[in-house]
Amino acid sequence: MSIVSRGFSGRRRPGDVKLPPGQYLETGFPVLSAGPTPPVKTATWQFTIKTELGQQHRWDWQQFTSLPAEQITTDIHCVTKWSKLGTHWRGVSLDTLLGGVRTNAGYVMARSYGGYTTNLPLPDLRDGKAWVAYEYEGAPLHPEHGGPARLLVPHLYFWKSAKWVTGLDLMTHDQHGFWEELGYHDYGDPWREQRYQGD
Amino acid sequence: MARAAVPGRLNWLVATLSAARDETATAKTLVLDVPGWPGHLAGQHVDVKLTAEDGYSAQRSYSIASAPDGARLELTVQRIADGEVSPYLTEVMEPGDPLELRGPIGGWFVWNPRSTAPVLLLAGGSGIVPLMAMIRAHAAAASKVPLRLVYSVRNPADAIYASELSERSVASPLTVTYLYTRTAPPGMPVGRISAAAVAAAAWPTQARPAIFICGPTGFVETAANLLVGAGHDPAAIKTERFGPTGDA
Ligand SMILES: Cc1cc2nc3c(=O)[nH]c(=O)nc-3n(C[C@H](O)[C@H](O)[C@H](O)COP(=O)(O)OP(=O)(O)OC[C@H]3O[C@@H](n4cnc5c(N)ncnc54)[C@H](O)[C@@H]3O)c2cc1C
Repeated sequence: MSIVSRGFSGRRRPGDVKLPPGQYLETGFPVLSAGPTPPVKTATWQFTIKTELGQQHRWDWQQFTSLPAEQITTDIHCVTKWSKLGTHWRGVSLDTLLGGVRTNAGYVMARSYGGYTTNLPLPDLRDGKAWVAYEYEGAPLHPEHGGPARLLVPHLYFWKSAKWVTGLDLMTHDQHGFWEELGYHDYGDPWREQRYQGD
Repeated sequence: MARAAVPGRLNWLVATLSAARDETATAKTLVLDVPGWPGHLAGQHVDVKLTAEDGYSAQRSYSIASAPDGARLELTVQRIADGEVSPYLTEVMEPGDPLELRGPIGGWFVWNPRSTAPVLLLAGGSGIVPLMAMIRAHAAAASKVPLRLVYSVRNPADAIYASELSERSVASPLTVTYLYTRTAPPGMPVGRISAAAVAAAAWPTQARPAIFICGPTGFVETAANLLVGAGHDPAAIKTERFGPTGDA
């Protein structure tokens, strides 16, 4: 049971805007990163999917951007409490990237330039739910926001959408990524307010 | 990327505002009594939850300003004129009022008093708050590690903790350099963080300092890039970003 904050009424949203619990509506695009923005050049960029048996599937920038891309319009929710509605992205569906990958893995560790990692269940990357995105609002994705390419898994809190992504390791057992090791939730469903372990 | 795990479920706790003090015309420190507070590391934050009569609630994160000190916790809140939560915390709340919070959160942007590397702290505006917790924890542990703080503010009157910082810079191995982005005291330059400012105030790269940068995104991006450009190890630079979100 929450206790009432004397004299607090809050800023209500227009009636039709539904946000996950504890989130507020943001119109800017805040940045959250644990360290400096790593300089990632498309000339040397690689994206590698490594299976649990060690098989590697690799794309360079040219190959990656030649894959069929999709336009995505989605809401995003950051664990630091902001939500942003109707953002526009362009990227390659994980269904496309995982298409030729044979695996029995149930989990994925996403890896980024700069050393960041985050863990997700593999099914959450399939069936049109996840992309590797390289454009935001019609322009190349800015380095601050994860450019040249980031994971986009908008049905989970945004720390799962690893910036500067460079690969996915498929795993038979779940393991903690960077923030998950520090107490953040393994799954991170904003609608169930799974911010921290135990939520 | 080595770090300490922080396990366990984070329950909501009911804190009581025991005192409040003005830091500047727009920033206030809330002194909270939090029975059951599990303790924290310098640099961590809490989530605060406000609830209206009809059940509507809003949450925001606030850095902990105080060094670990039992059930006592200090937050410093910068009032945002059209904000939903910060005006309530700074203008409406009174001593005796309850406040729901949970934490500590974040185990990455933390300074460990046992570490021996020199420390470089760069703060923009209210980004000073978690860095102040580090400065206070450093003093509480009587650490001999040298600290350098570069603190960017718009105007001299916007500097939070100014008198405490000047006292601590006399009493402990702390050096404070201010950057003024709008107006400066007589005889001081106006200017943003720059390569020259970093070169003048930061440790040389050979000192291998632990670096913490906190503030608005633009400040953090610029400062981090300048330090990487000056040859500092990107892995030694930890950042926390809050405040003006800018555009997309
Ligand atoms: C990890 C973390 C730690 C934080 N620590 C602190 C802290 O120690 N002290 C502190 O005061 N704040 C801190 N913040 C920011 C805090 O969580 C709130 O975002 C801030 O108090 C504004 O909330 P609000 O409800 O008053 O404004 P909102 O209603 O959320 O915002 C109103 C408007 O102001 C803009 N805005 C938001 N923040 C700022 C800002 N700082 N300056 C200018 N414009 C802004 C918004 O984009 C929006 O347009 C921290 C944030 C994070 C993520």
